[in-house]
Amino acid sequence: MLRLLQIEFIKLWNNNASKILIISYFVLILCMALLAAIKFDIGPIQFHVAEQGIFNFPYIWHLNTWIASGLKLFFAIVIVSMMANEYSNKTLKQNLIDGLSKKEFIASKFLTVFAFSVISTLFVFTVSLVLGLFYSDFTEISIIFSDLEYLLAYFIKLLGFFSFCLFLGILVKRSAFALGFLIIWFAIENLAIRFLVWWLAGKEASAYVMKFLPLESMSNLIKEPASRFKAVQSMVEQVGEQFNKDYAVHFYEILIVGCWTAIFIYLSYALLKKRDL
Amino acid sequence: METILTVNHLTKKFGYLTAVKDLSFSIEKGNVYGILGPNGSGKSTTLGIVLNVVNRTAGDFSWFGGTITTHTALKKVGAIIERPNFYPYMTAIQNLKLVCKIKEVPQDKIEEKLEMVGLLERKNSKFSTYSLGMKQRLAIASALLNDPEILILDEPTNGLDPQGIHQIREIIKKIASQGTTILLASHLLDEVEKVCSHVIILRKGEKLYSGRVDEMLTSYGFFELRANDEAALVTFLSKHASFGPIKQENGLITAILKEEMKATTLNEDLFNNGIVLSHLVKRKESLEEQFLNLTNNKD
Repeated sequence: MLRLLQIEFIKLWNNNASKILIISYFVLILCMALLAAIKFDIGPIQFHVAEQGIFNFPYIWHLNTWIASGLKLFFAIVIVSMMANEYSNKTLKQNLIDGLSKKEFIASKFLTVFAFSVISTLFVFTVSLVLGLFYSDFTEISIIFSDLEYLLAYFIKLLGFFSFCLFLGILVKRSAFALGFLIIWFAIENLAIRFLVWWLAGKEASAYVMKFLPLESMSNLIKEPASRFKAVQSMVEQVGEQFNKDYAVHFYEILIVGCWTAIFIYLSYALLKKRDL
Repeated sequence: METILTVNHLTKKFGYLTAVKDLSFSIEKGNVYGILGPNGSGKSTTLGIVLNVVNRTAGDFSWFGGTITTHTALKKVGAIIERPNFYPYMTAIQNLKLVCKIKEVPQDKIEEKLEMVGLLERKNSKFSTYSLGMKQRLAIASALLNDPEILILDEPTNGLDPQGIHQIREIIKKIASQGTTILLASHLLDEVEKVCSHVIILRKGEKLYSGRVDEMLTSYGFFELRANDEAALVTFLSKHASFGPIKQENGLITAILKEEMKATTLNEDLFNNGIVLSHLVKRKESLEEQFLNLTNNKD
């Protein structure tokens, strides 16, 4: 297993483009901390983001995982090209001839994706923990370590999304086209399928079906946290409205994404096995 | 003798096209084999199948007597297929380190193999900066990293300049002299003739011949003759029992032998019959002529 990871690491780390993208990805996550520095000081209006309670435990887990998961698209480029380049350089063929089995090949890619998801999750955890310890109003251990399921959801979300990217890389074989396909797929889910089912079976059915689609189920894992923010809520309450939104991470949502991950990895393997190189 | 590779009734179809048709052969340790055939005769497909990158339609193959899986066997094999494939952004050393990891062999042989193919000075250059000849030599170095039991080369001199071709052939000969079994696919006859002891001839996916290169040349050869009195010479030859068909081209008469005959015997006979030769050559058919005969006869 370590060998497979090392193989992939050599391939990625010696590629300047991937190296820069990987480093910038983590730097961007780190940049979340810069949110704390946002201060408006316009005469009577004084606004300091960090003091608005957005870095309060355990809300920070939800906010930061949500922001960080937006950056995953950035990392998708690395994943897709690491797969598609094997085709365009024909190194996939050479790897197999040199004695890597097709199973090992997929495993080395999946392990890499897994490792990156773990690292990214740990990174977000650390950054959030530090930010929270600086700015949170509550620093009791029990509060700090509550709502950690957002981190699990974040991890599952990354793993599922990156597996999808791997699959697209194998399917399309060209990184640019694979990324294009990703965008098209997003449109298919959100326009074609959503409105087709809506039109055929009504709004509830449409919302129900959407839960099971790959990209939508991934995005459902961590719901937008902004409306949960106290300032926003009190504002809404003043208008006389109320949010009744379910922000929790549900087990079945994790299960759906887990299933997609398995399907994508299996399909990648099946596709590779069936193809003549 | 130890068998390295056995191929049994192998067939590969790409849609309607049958690229390899019921092919069987075996590779014994210590020999240098050539797979010879025109472009599109199924050489690369056959190699692709035994190297696990092309799926077979029917038949089977086994490495090292079938005692180990193909996946394990490939770690004891060194192979280059068509074009050298490496990561363009990595240096020779980095690429070879990666291959070592894949083959699960230690990295201490990298310098030695680079030295052998004459790339040691360029070891830290990126692969993308290499010329085609250098890329091909790097591929050979990479295939040798695990000191393979068998080295498989598919058209190793394709697209190279004469100097590059010469360098590759010298390397192949050097490897062969060290006792490594070699399987060389090529459409270049002189290449196979120069390097190989055994040959498998393919045409449209079918095997036409397999066996030793020298046994393939089973004919008794032929005479090329010229004389002032052509008519008399032709009459004499056509009446002679030792000769098969006789061809006449630009005054050069080619007489194909049906049995062994020495040039001196013929010369003496002709002189005694009053025919004086101005040109007498006895030749064996080259591999090229044999090959063309074989590939044309089966139409």
